[in-house]
This record gives sequence, C-alpha cells and structure tokens, in this order.
Amino acid sequence: MSEHGAGAAGAAGAAGAAHATTGTYLRIAAILVMITLIEVGVFYVPAFQSVLVPLLLVLSAVKFTLVVMFYMHLKFDNRFFAFLFGGPLLLALVVVVSLLLIFYGAVRLRTGM
Amino acid sequence: MGVDNRKMAFWAFIGSECLLFGSLIATYLVYKGRSLVGPYPHEILNIPFTSFSTFDLLMSSLAMVLALAAVQRGDMKQGKLWLLVTALLGLVFLGGQFWEFSNFLHEGLGLTTNLFGSTFYVLTGTHGAHVTVGVIWLLTLWIQAVRGKLGPKQALTVEITGLYWHFVDVVWIVIFTVVYLIQ
Repeated sequence: MSEHGAGAAGAAGAAGAAHATTGTYLRIAAILVMITLIEVGVFYVPAFQSVLVPLLLVLSAVKFTLVVMFYMHLKFDNRFFAFLFGGPLLLALVVVVSLLLIFYGAVRLRTGM
Repeated sequence: MGVDNRKMAFWAFIGSECLLFGSLIATYLVYKGRSLVGPYPHEILNIPFTSFSTFDLLMSSLAMVLALAAVQRGDMKQGKLWLLVTALLGLVFLGGQFWEFSNFLHEGLGLTTNLFGSTFYVLTGTHGAHVTVGVIWLLTLWIQAVRGKLGPKQALTVEITGLYWHFVDVVWIVIFTVVYLIQ
C-alpha cells in the first residue's frame, strides 16, 4: 500500500473508532441476538402465522441494516461505499422480485389460475 | 474522492457478491414448494440447531469488530485473541453445516433428490464455501499477528477482512429467514 493509502486508512480507522465504540458494538450484538430470539419465537407461535412472512422479512432487514451500518462501518464511512454496495444490492432485489413475478406469472398463464 | 483504492475495490467486490447471492436466493424462491418427491423442508430443517449457528455467526461478527478495534488502537494482544475467536467461531459454524449436510444425506436428501435439495445445497453450500475462505483468511491474519507482522499500520487489511466476514454474516441473516424460517 502507498504511504498516502496508509494515511487515509489510518484516518478512516480513527474516524470509525470515534463513532463506534466497544460499547456500541456490544449493544448492537445484544440487539441482533434479541431480534434472532424474536424471529425464532414468532416462528413457533401460531398466532403470528398470518403475519409471519412480512414480520420475519422486516426483522431480517433490521438485522441486515444494523450489521452493514455499524459492523461494516457504512454509517461512518465515505458515502461512495454506500453507493457501491447499495446499487448492486438494489439490483439484486430487483432481480429476485422480477424472477418471482415472471415465474409465477408464467405458472398462472399455464394453469389459468 | 479521498477513498482508499483497496477498500473501494473491495466494496465493489461485495456489490458483485450481492448479485451472486441474489440470483441464488431468487432460484431457491422460484423453485420453493415445487419438489415432486420428499424430503420436504418442513420435514428435515432443524430450526433450534440453525438458530444456534446463526447466534454463532453473529457472535463471530462481534469478535471481528473487536479485533479490528484492538488492532487500530495497537493492542495486538487483544487483536490476536479476537482474530482467533472469530476464526474459531467460523469453524464452529462450518462444523455445524457439515453435521447438518450429513444428517440430510442420511435422511435421503441429496443434491439431485428434488428441487429443494438442489437449490438448498447450492445456496447454503456457496455460503459455506465463503465462510471457509473467510476462516482461512482470518487464520492467515492471526498467524501474521503471532509472528509480529500485523500491527496498527495494517489495520486496513484487518478492516477489509472484516468487511468480507460481515458480508458473509449478512448473507446468512437473509438465508436463515428465507430458507429456514419462511417454509
């Protein structure tokens, strides 16, 4: 790595450390574990069956966001990294939804349902 | 722009990985519930066991950020410890996946048994391969740290390793929900 690169990295590291402390990391970990327990809990409770899928997707999205923002430091880092990650992530979501729509659309056309 | 070139390249790589896993997850979802023969997901997926694997991977992410924080402040004793803990938690996850796959094979679910088997093994197997690469990477860093070749000046190397490891974790967060909990 170049001297400039090392300096930039050090500065970025220092900035990251200033924003996210060990206490923050531990709090995030506790929240992640609690959300996982809630996910598993609602899976077994029959009363939640009607809202299970949206509820699990929201909880999963919250966990995903917490890890990306705090553990991957995207909240404190250069916004360009958010663009580099968010762009393909959005595209991947579009691919998933499009494939599901195309596939189930084709099935509906074939079966007439 | 004032961004580090290695970090920028790695974020771009992670972006491309989003597309890889996005297509594998889409394939799994498209073929979900379309197996003509068993075993079916609800018959063999072990939620309590996979919940433990999820907890293990979340804790490995915590260990990874603690390792990075320690290396950044020059505390290499803690840095070495947390790097080793991260790698060991990764190995525990891989052991769990090996046990799960062996169990499924014993129950009659192979790669070509049905659509569930094919899509499940390809998706979780690809993730497992990524975890394996991550564990090797972490152990390499740990060996470097033990030899005294890793210090605060190499904090960016540890940060990039961390980015990879956390990405593997977020992919599992999605897989755990989509494959295991939404049956």
